[in-house]
Amino acid sequence: MADAATFGTSPIPPRGGVGLKPEHYRDILDGAPDIGWFEIHAENYMSAGGPPHAYLTAIRERYPLSLHGVGLSIGGAGPLDAGHLARLRALADRYEPALFSEHLAWSSHDTVYLNDLLPLPYTEDTLARVCDHVSEVQDAMGRQMLLENPSTYVAYAETTMGEADFLREVVRRTGCGLLLDVNNVFVQAVNHGFGADTYLDAFPMEHVGEIHLGGHAEDADEDGSLLLIDDHGREVSNLVWTLYERALSRIGPVPTLIEWDNDVPAWPVLFAEAQRADRVLAARSRNRVAAAPERVAAS
Amino acid sequence: MRTAATPNKGDLERETAFARAVLDAEAGVPAALTGRAGQSAARRFAVYRNNVYAGLIDALASRFPATAKLVGDAFFRAMARDYVAASPPRSAVLLHYGADFADFVSSFPPAAAVPYLADVARLEWAWHRAYHAADATPLSQEALAALGANAEAVTFALHPSLGLVRSSYPLVTIWELALRDGEDEPARLPADREDALVLRPALQVAVRRLPPGGAAFVQALSRGNTLSAAAAAALEDDADFDLATNLAGLMRSGAIVAAHEPV
Repeated sequence: MADAATFGTSPIPPRGGVGLKPEHYRDILDGAPDIGWFEIHAENYMSAGGPPHAYLTAIRERYPLSLHGVGLSIGGAGPLDAGHLARLRALADRYEPALFSEHLAWSSHDTVYLNDLLPLPYTEDTLARVCDHVSEVQDAMGRQMLLENPSTYVAYAETTMGEADFLREVVRRTGCGLLLDVNNVFVQAVNHGFGADTYLDAFPMEHVGEIHLGGHAEDADEDGSLLLIDDHGREVSNLVWTLYERALSRIGPVPTLIEWDNDVPAWPVLFAEAQRADRVLAARSRNRVAAAPERVAAS
Repeated sequence: MRTAATPNKGDLERETAFARAVLDAEAGVPAALTGRAGQSAARRFAVYRNNVYAGLIDALASRFPATAKLVGDAFFRAMARDYVAASPPRSAVLLHYGADFADFVSSFPPAAAVPYLADVARLEWAWHRAYHAADATPLSQEALAALGANAEAVTFALHPSLGLVRSSYPLVTIWELALRDGEDEPARLPADREDALVLRPALQVAVRRLPPGGAAFVQALSRGNTLSAAAAAALEDDADFDLATNLAGLMRSGAIVAAHEPV
């Protein structure tokens, strides 16, 4: 596992966490739930003040935090936005997150921000540019970042590399870690017709510092076949939980986030998903203790 | 020192085609894209188009709930879609998106039948802006009372969250009625026009009706005029302006964060 989780003043434990939603601020502060950590979308806190900062400050005093950017456009053809990088750095300085992550995707073009994570082809050219961007981000943030595998609906005819190979090479050249989104792997596998297990087997698991689990919706492709939409609008599907256990069997317990960004449920529903991740992680820890007691003794 | 990434012309052109096709359904699906096993990508590309529009329209709907309530969901979403196409976001900080939505509404011909709609959108943007504005502690009554004999020459620093919306309609009442649950009771609108003062002195945003001349008074103070100059401007705006009432109202609502006496 990457050593990214050791940054910051409160390391993120290998437990379940959830994406922090304004709907749940009061539930969290009043109920003090036993949950491992929270993750925020950085852009939602790029404001001068107000309730979001007041609540986040109070929650950060009680729980470890992870910072997740959605607007850097690391996979974009143009240069990174220096102003946006500076805003990210200021947020990280203020809230001292233990992890920082962004996406293998683009979202800005020219001066327009499209507010979605858009796909890029995997070629030697795009690889070189993504590596430059990741290095620039790590320099600006003064820390390692985790790069997340995307969910996509279309492919590029010009693509010459597999996504797992592309990510492995970014890690090798930049020293970044990876955020493995297991739901994205599942969505990709269905949408592009490959085996999710095969993808996981090729994925550079030893560099995964965090896992994302989220819900997806079912739609139909032109020919009527199944098309999955990564909508973060429901509970994690059982097939994704199974794939998650397979991933853990290779890397051991890793901080695991439940993403639920649309049709946000009542707090107990979201909390129950994080508790489910906790149970899977705890079972994995026990298996590991039984299988390899010398590793426990060494830690 | 690292060298900056050099944009590749082909990559830029590919991105331009993708971005244009996402925003403009007439533009067709970029030729570089394929679906499963080389099939057409039309249906799949529509997922991106839908994500981009639905995400931005949802953001506007949550930022302008009273505006949406006044015209209904279908009308609002169609209007917001036109706005997104005409003015897509220019920043990855989506909190800033919608600053000129009210201007768009005021020049959107189908909305002309609801003449106060743009004012309601202006009020809702002021609310949103106040919610995310910098925090500051309002000046206490005691500090104001302690001002010396030169009180008339004093200037004020107003709260960073302060917003002012002037209207030819009973704006605050319209806004309150639109956000009220249950639509069965007929709206009884006052005949008088209402100017709104928006403030967030602590964690709650408050919207208040300003007394006669109040908007001109606040406007003059915000431009750095002295208390007496601002009062004169307010009197000129409305002969019913009353300084004591207005000053007390501003103090009560937490609008003033600092007072500067002339040196």
